[in-house]
Amino acid sequence: MSTRRIVLNLLLIGILASLPAVIKKDSIINLALLVLLYVSLASSWNILGGFAGQTNLGHAAFFGLGALLTRFLWLGGWPLIPSLLAGGCVAVLFSLLIGIPAFRLRGVYFAIGTLALAQVLYIVVGNTLSDISSLPSEYLATYQLAPRYYLVLGLAILTTGTAYVLRKSRRGLGIMAVREQEDAAESLGVSALKHKLLALSISAFLAGLTGGAFAFYHVGYYPQLPFAPEFTFDAVMMTYIGGVGTVVGPVIGAVFFVVVREILALKVADMHLIVFGVLFILIVLFLPGGLVDAWSKVRRALARRAGPGKFDASPHQKGD
Amino acid sequence: MLEPLVQNLVFGVLVGALYGLAAVGLSLVFGVTKILNVAHGELLMFGGYASFWAVTLLGIDPFLSIIPAVIFLAVIGFILYKLVFSRLVKLDESVKIQNTLLVGFGLSLILQNIALRLWSADTRGITTFYSGWAVTTFGIRFPIVRVASLVIALVTLLALELFLRRTYTGKALRATVENWEAATLMGIDTQRVYMLAFVMGASLAAIAGTLVSVGYSIDPAMGLNWTLTSLIVMVLGGLGSIIGTFVGGIVLGVTQSATGFFLSQSYREVVGLVLFLLVLVLRPQGLFGAKER
Repeated sequence: MSTRRIVLNLLLIGILASLPAVIKKDSIINLALLVLLYVSLASSWNILGGFAGQTNLGHAAFFGLGALLTRFLWLGGWPLIPSLLAGGCVAVLFSLLIGIPAFRLRGVYFAIGTLALAQVLYIVVGNTLSDISSLPSEYLATYQLAPRYYLVLGLAILTTGTAYVLRKSRRGLGIMAVREQEDAAESLGVSALKHKLLALSISAFLAGLTGGAFAFYHVGYYPQLPFAPEFTFDAVMMTYIGGVGTVVGPVIGAVFFVVVREILALKVADMHLIVFGVLFILIVLFLPGGLVDAWSKVRRALARRAGPGKFDASPHQKGD
Repeated sequence: MLEPLVQNLVFGVLVGALYGLAAVGLSLVFGVTKILNVAHGELLMFGGYASFWAVTLLGIDPFLSIIPAVIFLAVIGFILYKLVFSRLVKLDESVKIQNTLLVGFGLSLILQNIALRLWSADTRGITTFYSGWAVTTFGIRFPIVRVASLVIALVTLLALELFLRRTYTGKALRATVENWEAATLMGIDTQRVYMLAFVMGASLAAIAGTLVSVGYSIDPAMGLNWTLTSLIVMVLGGLGSIIGTFVGGIVLGVTQSATGFFLSQSYREVVGLVLFLLVLVLRPQGLFGAKER
């Protein structure tokens, strides 16, 4: 990271951290919280789906399990942080339990298999825990938005930071090598299964934590809700719209997703999902790099028009 | 004890026939184009609403409404293929699989929300003057609407089987499944075959959707469940065999009914999914023949 980038990132975090102090409107803080929650959700999906190239359609299971256990322990009297960690760990445990058989499946079978598994959990939780989970009055009396906001902000920084570090690390390179060419990676001594399981457990852990934050944030919801397939599909869409396999892609995708959804919801209810569906398909078909890639293409085109600048000099830039 | 059980299993067979019909459409498209259309359940839902529209607006008999529903879905299938899926069939195998999945999910989202806007979130069904009629033998009820649906499903599948075995176009389809390169060399226009297979898949979904809306009920959110059901049946029955897929549907229907009877109605769907996961794990590439490595 260049010094300029570091400064910009710190500035951004600073602005986000000062939001609750500056803005007194709860609706705006709620919106920012939602964006950050989705940043975490999408970034955590991206680690397995983007870096490792395993299209996981059962992400909601990790999110839901984290929410379920965190809520249970926290309402049972545990302090928040241990409850959250327990939620993350149960998601990892579950992911490893299913990872070993699931990774025997390739491509489409892995995707459908994970989807089926998440649906099983969704239905079973809906059947066994059918009562709404509401905060007891002593928790409600002390409910404050700011701590929730800071928790989710911290989580968004954690997931994005993890993705950044992972991408640069030896393990991360191994994970991406497995995505590009599994057999070639194996022949160079990179164990495909080990790297996929690593990506899976990191992804599951972060998703579990995010689920825990969801459980801490919401006043009342049906325990089945965080297991709903929508959470998986939203995460997939945000990641692809932003740019799959990149660090900033899910962040941009999440911001774009929530903001556009809010704007559309004001004008035409329910339309936003149709718009996102169309946009998502267009991006998969015509712009596989997402918004991040589109932006760098625009920048390069502008630089080229401005005359033979430093961009044209490097042969690296010319190919694309 | 015995009578309710048999009654349950009969219902299982009747609904299983529709599972089979739905799965054959999905499996035909997958076999020919190698596109797994995860929006298949949404196409089925659209078929159901098309016939619902035809019945309420035109006042025709629900079973006759199969015809407008099929035409409607064939057109939708054609447009979807031309706009979206034709761009995917040419891609490399691994990229193709992933992109079709993603595109399919995007599509299912779009179709589901269009249905929500057009027809609201209410659960709907088609009822006619003969909806309540049933034949009872040995204390077992056979609702005639559902029995007629089973017959229509069977006739449709037999017609499809004959088409694939006896006609030139049908043989071209099967040749493309076997080896599309060789088929191209033999002068078969595989692009047209892909298009045809996709349109046929949508039309089969329309028939299944109509039968579902007549014998059961439809709502905009039903798609995912029907897609999963079709997938389960496709894996159970094995790719490439219409009869096998139909039998797979019946097996699933009966298993679900038995689960509903012995365990709980609310676990009907779980059983199918668990069965599916077991098959996938025990036979990693699914039961779909030897083509995949």
